[in-house]
Amino acid sequence: MEWINYVVWAIAILILVWLVIDAFRIETTYDHDLLVSSVEGEIEKEILDHAHPATPGQGGS
Amino acid sequence: MATDVAVPSAASAAPKRLSLLRVLGPMHVWALGVGIVLVGEFMGWNFTVAKGGVFGALVACWFSGILYSCVAMIDSEVSSTVASAGGQYAQAKHILGPLAAFNIALFIIFEYCMLAAGDSLVVGAIVNSLDPALSPTPFVVLTIAFLAWLNYRGVHTSLTFNFIITAIAFITILVLIVGAEFWNPGAITQTEALFAQPPGSADPKMPYGWLGILAALQFGIWYYLGIEGTCQTAEECRSAPRALPVGTMSGLITLLVAATLTWYICTSLVNWITLGESLYPLYDAAVNTGKQWLMVVLWIGTVLSCLASANGCINDASRAWFAMGRDQFIPRWFGGVHPRYKTPYRAILFLVPIMIAFGYTGLLDQVITFSIISGCLIYFIMPLNMIRFRRLYPMDSIKRGYVSPFHPLPSYVLFAFVSLTFLAMYFGYWRNLVAALVFYGLCSIWFVMHRFKYVDRAKLYTMPWPRPKGY
Repeated sequence: MEWINYVVWAIAILILVWLVIDAFRIETTYDHDLLVSSVEGEIEKEILDHAHPATPGQGGS
Repeated sequence: MATDVAVPSAASAAPKRLSLLRVLGPMHVWALGVGIVLVGEFMGWNFTVAKGGVFGALVACWFSGILYSCVAMIDSEVSSTVASAGGQYAQAKHILGPLAAFNIALFIIFEYCMLAAGDSLVVGAIVNSLDPALSPTPFVVLTIAFLAWLNYRGVHTSLTFNFIITAIAFITILVLIVGAEFWNPGAITQTEALFAQPPGSADPKMPYGWLGILAALQFGIWYYLGIEGTCQTAEECRSAPRALPVGTMSGLITLLVAATLTWYICTSLVNWITLGESLYPLYDAAVNTGKQWLMVVLWIGTVLSCLASANGCINDASRAWFAMGRDQFIPRWFGGVHPRYKTPYRAILFLVPIMIAFGYTGLLDQVITFSIISGCLIYFIMPLNMIRFRRLYPMDSIKRGYVSPFHPLPSYVLFAFVSLTFLAMYFGYWRNLVAALVFYGLCSIWFVMHRFKYVDRAKLYTMPWPRPKGY
């Protein structure tokens, strides 16, 4: 049964290597500013717009 | 799942801004919450029996049920409005301020990272119990690597997977109850005999009286620990104001039913002393039915519950780390989104070696205790968060997907019950508790004295909320 240990190690290492290679590919292909361009609050804007479609005098902090 | 691929060569077609994919519904939120928690029915809760006896365990089960009902109500209201990755972190940032938010994020990350490590350790131990030749370590690493890969590839796939395995694990509990012929007491279940006090021995019902029940409270939270993680996916829900309350509340109801059924079937099949020391109480209950097929079913249920828990934990810890990165509470680099899978891939990758390292230690009890302490620290801050939220944003100022009833009662009850749980924890694990508080205190000093200098405060609050009352 010990051979199963080696198979499991091999699968785990393959998965981890795939993750690292894919991340490296993304880092070298895409612009850093695009990758970190996510901002908080896009959903809340929709919620508030829906709740108060024309409330004057409201703004973010 | 939808991919929305950004092709780098076609600059004009590339999105200007990346965001997490909004594909989740109430089913996924349920799968995340119940998936993380259900492992607590398969192991851990039964230590309440050793401390408080069978009735003490039931009191702890329902006491913790009330505590987590308060958690779910508070979470549902606030997160249906603050629909951002990071959940309680984002809530605290807007309501209590950066230092509270930083601490909550750390609590979340350590709670879930350590729980994921603990789950993978159990998977390794279960496999090892099949055949001693099977080493637990490669299975620990494979569990974390596979689930991290799943999370990396997309939130819809990983939480759909979680839904399937969580549902199967839950069904195995029902199968055990039916297999034990609950409608025919005395045939397989031995409730009356097991609850009776043997001559000259302690009473199994409450062997140590009310003090035993107090001691049992620290393990009662195993029944529900982690349900608060549902709001980590807020930013990825198609409709957060609907999906989060529905998913969280239905998840809590599922857990209340599962916890009570688990208590009933285990105490009706296993002697209280054996049950109080068992590593896998539901599996041991299946063994006592004498039915081989039930043992196989519960073995499968135990493994699946561990996988579901670890999967949900990787999801939640990575969202909290990602949210902190996005706000520059840690380097901005960690706030990266995968352009194809729309997942916080850098946060997921960064946490993998940490979880594997905790898993490598093999110190299951220490890892789990730190996770529980971190979770309880979140519950300490939640009532303050809720009371201040209602004060700053009264009912007519902001739309809520869910309104917590009886406010501020749930906040006071939560605070009182968590204080009692901490008291119980102090008696059993005071060193761990003090060590955790010192650790988080040092982290806070680092944040205030050093890290906060790098935070761009103008970009910290980008949600288009109305101005808070009084400002």
